[in-house]
Amino acid sequence: MEDKKLELVDFAVTARKYKTLLTIKYATRKPYKAPDPKEIKSYIPGTIIDIKVKPGAKVKEGQILLILEAMKMMNKVLMPFDGKIKNIHVSKGEKIPKNHLMIELE
Amino acid sequence: MSLKKHILDLRKRREKVQLGGGEKAIEKQMAMGKMTARSRILALLDNESFTEYDLFVEHEARDFGMDKKQLHGDGVIIGTGTIYGAPVCIFAQDFTVAGGSLGLMHARKITKIMDHALKMRVPLIGINDSGGARIQEGVNSLAGYGEIFYRNTIASGVIPQISVILGPCAGGAVYSPALTDFVFVVDQISKMFITGPSVIKTVLGEEISMEELGGARVHAEITGNAHFFAGSEMECFEQIKKLITFIPWNNTQKARAFPPKEPKFKGNIEDIIPADPKQPYDVRDVIKAIVDDSDFFEIQEFFAPNIVIGFGRMNGQTTGFVANQPLVLAGVLDCDSSDKAARFIRYCNAFNIPIITLEDMPGYLPGVDQEHAGVIRHGAKVLYAYSEATVPKITVILRKAYGGGYIAMNSRHLGADFMFAWPMAEIAVMGPEGAANIIFKKEIEEAEDPDAMREVKVQEYIERFANPYVAAAKGYIDSVIEPSETRHLLLHAIEVSSNKNDQRPYKKHGIPPF
Repeated sequence: MEDKKLELVDFAVTARKYKTLLTIKYATRKPYKAPDPKEIKSYIPGTIIDIKVKPGAKVKEGQILLILEAMKMMNKVLMPFDGKIKNIHVSKGEKIPKNHLMIELE
Repeated sequence: MSLKKHILDLRKRREKVQLGGGEKAIEKQMAMGKMTARSRILALLDNESFTEYDLFVEHEARDFGMDKKQLHGDGVIIGTGTIYGAPVCIFAQDFTVAGGSLGLMHARKITKIMDHALKMRVPLIGINDSGGARIQEGVNSLAGYGEIFYRNTIASGVIPQISVILGPCAGGAVYSPALTDFVFVVDQISKMFITGPSVIKTVLGEEISMEELGGARVHAEITGNAHFFAGSEMECFEQIKKLITFIPWNNTQKARAFPPKEPKFKGNIEDIIPADPKQPYDVRDVIKAIVDDSDFFEIQEFFAPNIVIGFGRMNGQTTGFVANQPLVLAGVLDCDSSDKAARFIRYCNAFNIPIITLEDMPGYLPGVDQEHAGVIRHGAKVLYAYSEATVPKITVILRKAYGGGYIAMNSRHLGADFMFAWPMAEIAVMGPEGAANIIFKKEIEEAEDPDAMREVKVQEYIERFANPYVAAAKGYIDSVIEPSETRHLLLHAIEVSSNKNDQRPYKKHGIPPF
């Protein structure tokens, strides 16, 4: 494992910047993004078994949006608050990873 | 049968079983670039030292046509031998026999040699090369794994346990290595994962190769599951042999002492450190300037390289080193480096190895990802491990010791026996810039030229507080030393600590922040 980049960068810890190398893990980490309540994302990887709503539909809090099968369990994904469906980004039978955008709300 | 015939019969039986899965399977194993289980054991142990047991064990499975199958040795070789004269117990899974799959008798052989190692108080080495559970044996094979894990746990901290991954090691099988002290992997050969690429593809539709998912490099660099990475099996065996020379046979003994040797390093140790505290250097050069023969045996070299851990000898005696690495991420503590250091400190403590800590760190790594990954819980492991350790604990502050990092890195307050600091050490609650910004906030804001005022105040802070003498005045530092005195003073500290007796209140066990 000799293929290490030997490039010193400025690295700020509190108020002082240090010249140092970065690890691959640090350099490729995902920057934090505040969660948007209007985006329904998968909390577990799995398969979309059924979609119960259509774009434009008005949906009440607690209604089933879709069924996400994961680890042999049929998980119901529910509407978090009263609102309207803006967009659906998945289709029936699709396999999706964790944190995949499934439905956008208005 | 005549006596001679009995002996000839035994020889014939042995020969047959020793061929494992047969010549074809052996050819296949070699084609994958792998050695056979038997040749691995022979390459690792001292010449002529290997003695095998349970050669004639056979499985008792009856379902799915298993009653018609004979599996030589049931796919695993067990025995005893020596490495540089040190006794060890060993098992090696034989991939040529039913893919090294683990059935009930296979597991019984492994637990037998584990029990033996524990009773005889000698190190255990396990060579893993197995397709996993033998599906035909159902829950019996799960029972086998469980009984291995149980013994790994009971033996943990009593005898050294070494795992060598020389093939696939998947599903439940990964947990035996994970419970042992040191895991060795070989590039392109070792594969470890809980769920393999095919399951991931079925469930997620994600395609990934075995190598990218759980190859040797992944575990050496990303996950930290592996402690030693080698380019070939033979190099891996050399690493294991070297490790064996550094560790004791069990927790009641000390590692074997070697003849003392002066470091090969010739020069001024202080010249390794740049004058500008913002410039990095490789802390391993400092370790090599201190240890016998400049021979430092690094552990987890590629994982969380912002902290360096490993063994060296001081006057012939094995010593554990924990050192912040300014060359990578400025030497900060983060989740990974905390886990790495804490586990090593506990290893040294369990096996009577004194710990030398070399400190140069600006604090914990800031960031949302770190906080959300639980840097509080992970960082606390370092505090726990140092406080808990009763072996001799010595710290040398080379340069920076700021804030929580100062406390965490084996400070006096966590029970360090000796605290040394180099004269350029800065022991303070934070870096001078940060401290001046807070303490002199008003003066800076109200000044006509705030930047100039900030610079003045930073300089003021540096002169008054960024030194080792404030801490030395309180006795938190025992001695401010010249860098050239370091080895001599460390040798002395270890020598006078050899009868250290630090009794703690009885408890079943603590509750470390796992």
